[in-house]
Amino acid sequence: MQALTNRALAVNRKPMTFWERLYLINIIKGMFITFGHMFKKQPTVRYPEQKREFSPVFRGLHVLNRDEEGRERCTACGLCAVACPAEAITMEAAERKEGEENLYREEKYAANYEINMLRCIFCGLCEEACPKDAIYLSETFAPANFTRKGFIYEKQDLLIPNVTTEAAAFGEAKGV
Amino acid sequence: MSEQNLFKVTIDNITIDVPAGTTILQAARKIGGQVAPPAMCYYSKLEGSGGKCRTCLVEVSKGSEKDPRPMPKLVASCRTTVMDGMEVKNITSDKVIDARASVVEFLLINHPLDCPICDQAGECHLQDLSFDHGKAGTRFEFQKRTFKKHDLGKNIQLHMTRCILCYRCVFTADQLTQKRVHGILDRGDHAEIATHIEKSLDNEFIGNVIDVCPVGALTDKTFRFKNRVWFLKPMDAHRDCPTCSGRVTLWNRGDEVYRVTARKDEWGEIEDTPDGKPGWICNTCRFDTKNANDWVIEGPRAINRQSVIAQGHYQGTVGMTKPQETFGAINDGRTPHLLMDIHDESEVNKNEDYISKNNIENA
Repeated sequence: MQALTNRALAVNRKPMTFWERLYLINIIKGMFITFGHMFKKQPTVRYPEQKREFSPVFRGLHVLNRDEEGRERCTACGLCAVACPAEAITMEAAERKEGEENLYREEKYAANYEINMLRCIFCGLCEEACPKDAIYLSETFAPANFTRKGFIYEKQDLLIPNVTTEAAAFGEAKGV
Repeated sequence: MSEQNLFKVTIDNITIDVPAGTTILQAARKIGGQVAPPAMCYYSKLEGSGGKCRTCLVEVSKGSEKDPRPMPKLVASCRTTVMDGMEVKNITSDKVIDARASVVEFLLINHPLDCPICDQAGECHLQDLSFDHGKAGTRFEFQKRTFKKHDLGKNIQLHMTRCILCYRCVFTADQLTQKRVHGILDRGDHAEIATHIEKSLDNEFIGNVIDVCPVGALTDKTFRFKNRVWFLKPMDAHRDCPTCSGRVTLWNRGDEVYRVTARKDEWGEIEDTPDGKPGWICNTCRFDTKNANDWVIEGPRAINRQSVIAQGHYQGTVGMTKPQETFGAINDGRTPHLLMDIHDESEVNKNEDYISKNNIENA
């Protein structure tokens, strides 16, 4: 058969000589490679103490955004849920009542909003679909949990702190 | 119809014979597909409708066999009757495409961008129209018009800001009910749908204004914010109704009936019943019969594949039977210890509370 490239080597089936059967030279050669790595730059980091920076396009755990006045931006329009290929998002809408104008930005808001993080594939299509800039994927992982129900994230788990009423928590979350 | 009364009309190079007195729009709808101009105000089941929105403008490039001159301006196809030998250009005319984009721009000038909130989103004719014929951007930099809120009773919700003044609901009330209590008050920019001094619309057939409304100006209050239409499952169903035909589309989630509407045909108009009359439905069917046991389900409604409502739905009768839990059956009755039932954990759409039963308080 003709070789596709000229890089193929035929297997050498000659019987080994005495020196080769001793393996001494090959062991020393291998040791050189092994110990040589001690003087090279380490490719790993010591994880819990040291953390790698996320890429700017990293897609992690979702957050539900609020506007500058701390009102929830989500109006439960369902576009994230319909865009979601994993069907991880469900929601239930409610109508804003008189006196709740400081809580919700629009006439309709999400009374319940859930993301099943076991289903989520972190593709970011919800973020793309959102017409209200309400959902974003942040630069954190979904933390491990012992039960499956711990991965059902409710609206309260996803909402960012309110800038007017929880200014300290908001600053902390923002990292300043 | 005798032979002499058939007119030969060519629309977008497709020739069809239609009886005299047919409008260009109806002739184009007989051909179907892309050739039919869109219509926002014309409604074939309502007498006298049409001629207001100008979305159905077409170019007549040859008036008739006897007078082959083209018509000087674009004409509203819903109001122009065909002549023998007429040649019409709809999508083959650049003038029409251009004019239609401008009409969409005009219709959207005062239309709020609240599709995320609007219950009509997903089945809105204005959404479809602006998607198909509109431009992506806007040149309007001013305040949109706003109105004082009018309460139209416990079943119908009016959002005047979304109205495009097509008059369909006015014609519906005129032609289906004995006494019309709502209409268009004021003129020009102030024109609005209202009842004169706060009346509620409570005629038995007035609920049909919701179905004829091409935008989300008139919506079902019993369905308000309950769910998005594309998460619901449309099912054809009927019941013995003493007042109306009882042939409806149920919008279900699981077995729960969220909304009842009349059946709509491919033009978004109310479908005819088998005896040839328009299938208007009464308020009892629409607003008060939301128990699945009240209805005889015929099967899933065929939805256009391009529609967002078709997402997640299968054709035919797939999904009519409930899936069974098979784990125990194949495992000698042993059920898994660590299986999570999402309904135990999720706060959304709980089994014990029925959203369709108005459990969210309406303001």
